[in-house]
Amino acid sequence: MTARPRVAVFKMASCDGCQLQLLDAEDALLELAGRIEIVHFAEASSDMRPGPYDVTLVEGSVSTPEQERQVREIREASRVLVTIGACATAGGIQALRNATGRHEEFVRTVYPTPEYVRSLEDSHPIADYVPVDLELTGCPIDRDELLHAIATLLAGGTPRVPKDPVCVECKRRGIVCVVVAKGEPCLGPVTRTGCGALCPAFGRGCYGCFGPAQAPGNADALGRRFVELGLRPEEAADRFRFITGWAPAFREASERLRTGAGAGEEVDAG
Amino acid sequence: MTHRRVEVPVIARVEGEGALHITARDHEIVDLRLEIYEPPRFFEAFLRGRAYHEVPDIVPRICGICPVAYQMSAVHGLEELFGVRVPAGVRELRRLLYCGEWIESHVLHVFLLAAPDFLGYHNAIEMAKDHPELVRTALAIKRVGNDLMAVIGGREIHPVSPRVGGFSRAPRRRELEALLPRLERALEEMPRIADFVSSLERPSLPRQAELVAMVHPSEYPMNEGEMASTAGRRWTFAEYERVTRELHVEHSNALHSVIAETGTPYHTGPLARVNLNAHVLSPVARECMRRTGLLVPGDDPFLSMAARVVETAYALEEAIRLIRAYEPPDPPAAEVTPRAGSAMWATEAPRGTLYHRYDVAEDGTIVEAKIVPPTSQNLRHMEEDLRAFVPGVLDRSDEELTRLCEMVVRNYDPCISCATHFLRLDLRRL
Repeated sequence: MTARPRVAVFKMASCDGCQLQLLDAEDALLELAGRIEIVHFAEASSDMRPGPYDVTLVEGSVSTPEQERQVREIREASRVLVTIGACATAGGIQALRNATGRHEEFVRTVYPTPEYVRSLEDSHPIADYVPVDLELTGCPIDRDELLHAIATLLAGGTPRVPKDPVCVECKRRGIVCVVVAKGEPCLGPVTRTGCGALCPAFGRGCYGCFGPAQAPGNADALGRRFVELGLRPEEAADRFRFITGWAPAFREASERLRTGAGAGEEVDAG
Repeated sequence: MTHRRVEVPVIARVEGEGALHITARDHEIVDLRLEIYEPPRFFEAFLRGRAYHEVPDIVPRICGICPVAYQMSAVHGLEELFGVRVPAGVRELRRLLYCGEWIESHVLHVFLLAAPDFLGYHNAIEMAKDHPELVRTALAIKRVGNDLMAVIGGREIHPVSPRVGGFSRAPRRRELEALLPRLERALEEMPRIADFVSSLERPSLPRQAELVAMVHPSEYPMNEGEMASTAGRRWTFAEYERVTRELHVEHSNALHSVIAETGTPYHTGPLARVNLNAHVLSPVARECMRRTGLLVPGDDPFLSMAARVVETAYALEEAIRLIRAYEPPDPPAAEVTPRAGSAMWATEAPRGTLYHRYDVAEDGTIVEAKIVPPTSQNLRHMEEDLRAFVPGVLDRSDEELTRLCEMVVRNYDPCISCATHFLRLDLRRL
């Protein structure tokens, strides 16, 4: 009999919420634990062993010089590398500091003695440094998507992750559209589902936790719609510049709203 | 004189990243530093310029284990500043949501993070092989806490419904009532869980600590009240930054808090809450307190696990009471009109008092934000506890010493990512 697959979980800059999805899987975790060997999971176990690893999950963004080195070591030690969550796949909410030219001011704002702090100017997704085999987006990631991905990888398959927008899921579930009913800005048309259209189901607009859907070509049109709903262009830009704001499609939409580019172009909103 | 150097990388089973450096000569500590290397994420900086209504979606991202705490300190503070009166039932629904977070976070800590230490396992999965029924019972209790959060908030990690003014949607009665049978079963298990925790052989650390928690005249504190300490101090949320002070030390990306007047550390969290509020605990919580042997006043930090069990029982009982009396708030949220000023509020996160201040412009834009999480308030005291505890156990093997130091740290259930901020033990014996 071959040895059980060795699974590792690592963390960079993050809130721990995505790896908590694994701990929150409870019974599924215990069942899974019988089929795999968890050899590195610092939040859950003091038994931390070196690689190689068959499947490695990485949560968090690369935010310090130390992590730039660590992420390369992790890749080196891992057969399959899966990044989990908005931080690991798009830099996370902490990427709101990126491209502001204000990193030094940010350090000074939070820490009285800035010279004690070592931090990179920008917060980066893992794929900026090393090849990634699978990205699971979400803030937090969806537990079922994670368990499905692990099970499929262990069976030697390629996990399929839905790429439809929240809007499609929302219609499928028959939820009342918050844009139509309440005039509330909603990122559902351009955001990947994974949450089951959670925010509209709870009476509010989607705020983009799962990042851009596969073909979010109509982001500019959506931005214009936000302006029609009464948002100032910079407020509309901030809707995109949020939890997954550093993902290229959202970053570009936000920049265009800020600079006024794209305001006059006709974009098919369908 | 012996010269030894031991390195144990990464203190496990805490949320976030840190390291402990100890240098010891014979039975004396030469140097002890709790180093927090969790990278800074600059929430207080990028909150500037964002709209007030985005705050409840931003701040929970500080910590995936206690997102509700972040949401609650923020919405209460902003509502007070704006003079918002929330619709009837919102207060109770928020308390119910917080009960879910206390249950989930406390059971995660007691069974998945702390109990393996006491029984000599690396993790709960190993522990589950020898104690399957116990671990399954604990996971079922945790699950009902998570489910309570998901029914109210949409999901347990980063709930989506809490907002300034109330909720974007209030659950229907039957959605909450469906949880009652599981909450009741969980509550029935609590005395047995208390017996289990009391059966664990635990170290002790006699000390004289100033314990700090919120107090409220008629209920166990979560969202409302004022601050009190076992040294007789009382202060309002508006006085928080005058009564306490944050220090930035070179070895830590988390700030350390002290009482400003005396420069001395304080300890916030479940042990402090039980000490200051035992008189308003519910019946099963009191029964659990008796069974765990937790007496107040009592400040031995190794009783923290017992305090979490008592509070889990309380949160289950309180959740049952709140669900039975539940009337959905209608509308679920009040209209909000922002005004300029400072919003200052604290609520009781599972691991201790969480203070927020937001300075807001007239149009509701955040001008400045200050967030003082429980873990950073406790860091100085964790170092003090280690300084007091380690000399007595220096004769132990490196492995045993590491385990004991981790337990001292874990008493605080540190959420290092919320204090910005995991642990590695670097022990030098000179």
